[in-house]
Amino acid sequence: MRAVELILALDPTVVEITARSLAIAVTSTAIATILVVPLGGLIHFHNFKGKRAVVNLIQTLYSLPTVTVGLVVFLLLARSGPLGSYGLLFTPGGMVIGQTILIAPIMTGLTIAALSGVGPAVRDTAVSLGASKFQAIFTIMREARAAMLAAILLGFGRALSEVGVAMMIGGNIRGYTRVLTTAIALETSRGDIEFSMALGIILVSISLIVNLLVNRVQGNWWA
Amino acid sequence: MIEARGVWARRGRADILKDVSIEVGKGEILAIIGPTGSGKTTLLRVLNLLDHPDEGRVFFDRVDVTEDERARFSARRRMAMVFQKPSMFNLTVEKNVSYGLKIRGVSGSAFRDRVRAALRDVGLSGYEKRRAFSLSGGEAQRVALARALVTEPELLLLDEATANLDPRTAETIEGLIRGAREKGLAVVMATHDLDQARRLADGVAVLVGGELVQLGSPEEVFERPKSEEVAHFVRARVGW
Repeated sequence: MRAVELILALDPTVVEITARSLAIAVTSTAIATILVVPLGGLIHFHNFKGKRAVVNLIQTLYSLPTVTVGLVVFLLLARSGPLGSYGLLFTPGGMVIGQTILIAPIMTGLTIAALSGVGPAVRDTAVSLGASKFQAIFTIMREARAAMLAAILLGFGRALSEVGVAMMIGGNIRGYTRVLTTAIALETSRGDIEFSMALGIILVSISLIVNLLVNRVQGNWWA
Repeated sequence: MIEARGVWARRGRADILKDVSIEVGKGEILAIIGPTGSGKTTLLRVLNLLDHPDEGRVFFDRVDVTEDERARFSARRRMAMVFQKPSMFNLTVEKNVSYGLKIRGVSGSAFRDRVRAALRDVGLSGYEKRRAFSLSGGEAQRVALARALVTEPELLLLDEATANLDPRTAETIEGLIRGAREKGLAVVMATHDLDQARRLADGVAVLVGGELVQLGSPEEVFERPKSEEVAHFVRARVGW
């Protein structure tokens, strides 16, 4: 089977596309993490008017269609758009922006859920033992670390496997913005099924590893 | 050391504490007894400055700590509480016990020695590297006590501290409570164990329905209950 041979022989094109996919998804996830962990914390630890509505809105955005994000980011980055002067359309940088926007809601929502999962007894214990407000917040975040890491891994999984943003913002340019998902779509339409299958196997393998990691950090290895 | 003056606590329309006033000095143990739901835990939470009273004042070392957050924070650092169902941090036993020291910026060799000594005192030497979540209820209770005592508080608040323990361990813990009194700590303990209140306490407060119905020495409360209500409670429970 040529698909397996392409992987085992470390075909340069396969390796290059895989490396680019990982680099873009990791960058998007890292940026999203830096933004959403404090944002999720801010929403969770502060009571404000309309908090429930904000959380509902974030949860609604979990299932944001990737092509919709692609369209909005396209309009932002297009030459005539507000960020057009930066020349980010059809670049990996543009893809990172799109993917970050795509995964931010689910990561924020899951961060809030992770922090909500830490019962009030933890806060009481920390404060009772003399923790300041910030020390108590840090303690609660530390208690939620497994669920927060799972949120980050899920964000990474979504970034890696999405195709709408990659296609519309990246443009699937060979050697520059072509990633696993867009390459699979293209090669399948061109009839190179074996090449598509090789990339598909890699994508599924990475997803499997991510899922195993999510389970691992949640403490139910193989469960 | 700590004084609650005319404290009221409400949840919605229900009065949980009704005009409760108590005072505990250094080297004294006050036991709070009363039926389930009489407000014992709420009173401890008010004294631990976790909850604000709806009315009344709380004084720590003669300083009014009812409202001022800075005063409350510094008073809280001089006390420690063990909850009825202690919550363990998802860390090792050692890290749980050292929590209070770490947030106070204590470090160096004294740090480890104090943690080890605290665990030894509660009979859990060698438990340092165990995951706190793997402990039994009784072990967790003892870790919670070690975690409270390691900070060398001046006021110790205990909510049913020996409820989950076997008689022998409970005896060890009672010894620690006596030791704390000898060191000059003020101790306020809510307990269902009336014999324990008799054995340990210098003063006994009886809460019924959020009201302080009697406050006095163990002898007064148990031998000369002030009302039918108190008599009924103390006699039914000690099997007279």
